[in-house]
Amino acid sequence: MSPDLLLLIAKATFDTLRMVAIAGLIGSLIGLPIGIFLATSGKGELFPAPNINRIVGLIVNATRSTPFIILVVAIIPFTRLVTGTSIGTKAAIVPLTIATIPFFARLVEAAIRDIDKGLIEAARAMGATPTQIVFKVLLAEARPALTLALTMTIVSLIGYSAMVGAVGGGGLGDLGIRYGYQRFRPDVMLIVVVVLIVLVQLVQSAGDRLARRFDKRSRKN
Amino acid sequence: MNASVPVFDDVTVAFQRVSKRFAASGESGAFTALNNVDLNVGRGSITGIIGRSGAGKSTLIRLVNGLEKPSSGKVLVDGVDVGALDEAGLRNLRRSVGMIFQHFNLLSSHTVFGNVALPLEIAGMDRRAIEARVRPLLDLVGLADKHARYPAELSGGQKQRIGIARALATEPKLLLSDEATSALDPETTQSILELLKRINAELGLTVLLITHEMEVVKAVTSDVAVIDKGEIVERGHTFDVFTHPKHETTRALLSGLPGSKLPDAVARGLKPAPSAGDRAVVRLTFFGATAERPLVSQLIKSVGAEVNIIAGTIDEIGGKPYGSLVVAYAADAETSGRAERFFTENGLVTEVLGYVA
Ligand SMILES: Nc1ncnc2c1ncn2[C@@H]1O[C@H](COP(=O)(O)OP(=O)(O)OP(=O)(O)O)[C@@H](O)[C@H]1O
Ligand SMILES: [Mg+2]
Repeated sequence: MSPDLLLLIAKATFDTLRMVAIAGLIGSLIGLPIGIFLATSGKGELFPAPNINRIVGLIVNATRSTPFIILVVAIIPFTRLVTGTSIGTKAAIVPLTIATIPFFARLVEAAIRDIDKGLIEAARAMGATPTQIVFKVLLAEARPALTLALTMTIVSLIGYSAMVGAVGGGGLGDLGIRYGYQRFRPDVMLIVVVVLIVLVQLVQSAGDRLARRFDKRSRKN
Repeated sequence: MNASVPVFDDVTVAFQRVSKRFAASGESGAFTALNNVDLNVGRGSITGIIGRSGAGKSTLIRLVNGLEKPSSGKVLVDGVDVGALDEAGLRNLRRSVGMIFQHFNLLSSHTVFGNVALPLEIAGMDRRAIEARVRPLLDLVGLADKHARYPAELSGGQKQRIGIARALATEPKLLLSDEATSALDPETTQSILELLKRINAELGLTVLLITHEMEVVKAVTSDVAVIDKGEIVERGHTFDVFTHPKHETTRALLSGLPGSKLPDAVARGLKPAPSAGDRAVVRLTFFGATAERPLVSQLIKSVGAEVNIIAGTIDEIGGKPYGSLVVAYAADAETSGRAERFFTENGLVTEVLGYVA
């Protein structure tokens, strides 16, 4: 393998990691409160606002059901507004972030809804405010599930980030398309795929391990 | 007045014509869970509320700390109308009312220490003060050595002890218990009940507990109310209600207690009227001092050797000794006459259950 090619792969991997890290960070920071809101704003819940809940739920669903490639194209004006360009790694971060928000929000919602209602009841009986219940009970109890949700989000992001390569987004997907497909270099294609698999494996096992560390629900030792 | 002596005529919780209706939702129609409940919980008492599943027990207890609002009527806690409090007022009240639950409701993500500390963190207490408050509580419930464990590493009884320690953390004057022992085996149940009794005696805490088990009521309560289909059908001192149950629901709940049921073979052959040669089956109930006298040997002496014992139990209810004995003897006029004289002389409460061949 030529040193040039190695350099290309290293650069592409770095670009992918950068896109995933930034989109994952911003996307989950925005998705987290939205997910908490979705899980706590139904009728008779901690912050009852069933109408807003329904509207937010609708927007989340709409975003999630839009195919990612169409999302990328549809928000080009917005991407340009934010980053000043519509191609390249920087530009790709915008649609990746937008796609992450509803994805993570739904996972957060599920993680929180999964918590035993008895714990909310007990906290209410202690005189906790709804905000205290969110921070001291729900988030604490959901930590293992949230860790897995974040892991799943990052894994999906790695896949999406390869897709933005198809529309000039940079990173491993871009490299695979340009060299592997357009220049008939199956070896490059193969390397790209292997690197992606390794990345996904690393993220998944790190996430699993962390989640298990946080999870105190079963006896061990 | 000595503070350690319970003062029962002073009231901690008062229900005044309380009704609770749940509005219709979806397919299920509106439902009246509580109907015109009047009930006082004496300060320093351990008051039990017993009823079948769905009778409205949880609804009733949840009204006390405002987890549920009455549809009509008033719930007063230390004279304060719970239904009239705003959210902030309710939170204040809840910090002075502890609650324990059937399924413990401990945070799996927190250690034993963290769980007991939670209500104090919520109340905004600083780390140092929390530390000083939690340690003695863990000692009180006998789990000081487990402070760094997680709930998943504890047995059911230990979890409930943590639940109790957590409920006591804010030094409440009232403890609510919603089926706190229903998920525990009989032995563990007894040890938790002992703990509740000790807390009641040592801290002067009023305990309001709901249960569907007569055993629990018998073991710890001083007062009891029986609830059926949302209405209080009987109430009084536990001893009186147990020894003279009036309502059929109470009788039905009591019949589950060991020693209170006739053996099946006898129950099947029971007839309402005697024919020649039959034997009378009589239940004797004796309390207090009578329960401690050698009644059986005296009975046999005065009635004749032809007395046999069919069922019996000696027990303690609300701290008072109590006995129930089912005996059978010849139903002829002479023997019956001797028996009745003996019963009257000894102040025994009797009930003829029927006759057997
Ligand atoms: N939020 C609610 N909405 C509608 N109906 C309710 C609600 N909560 C309770 N009920 C109804 O009120 C009745 C009494 O319920 P409650 O939970 O007080 O019973 P319980 O005596 O505690 O029973 P258990 O021993 O099974 O716990 C039940 O028929 C129940 O279905
Ligand atoms: Mg109940």
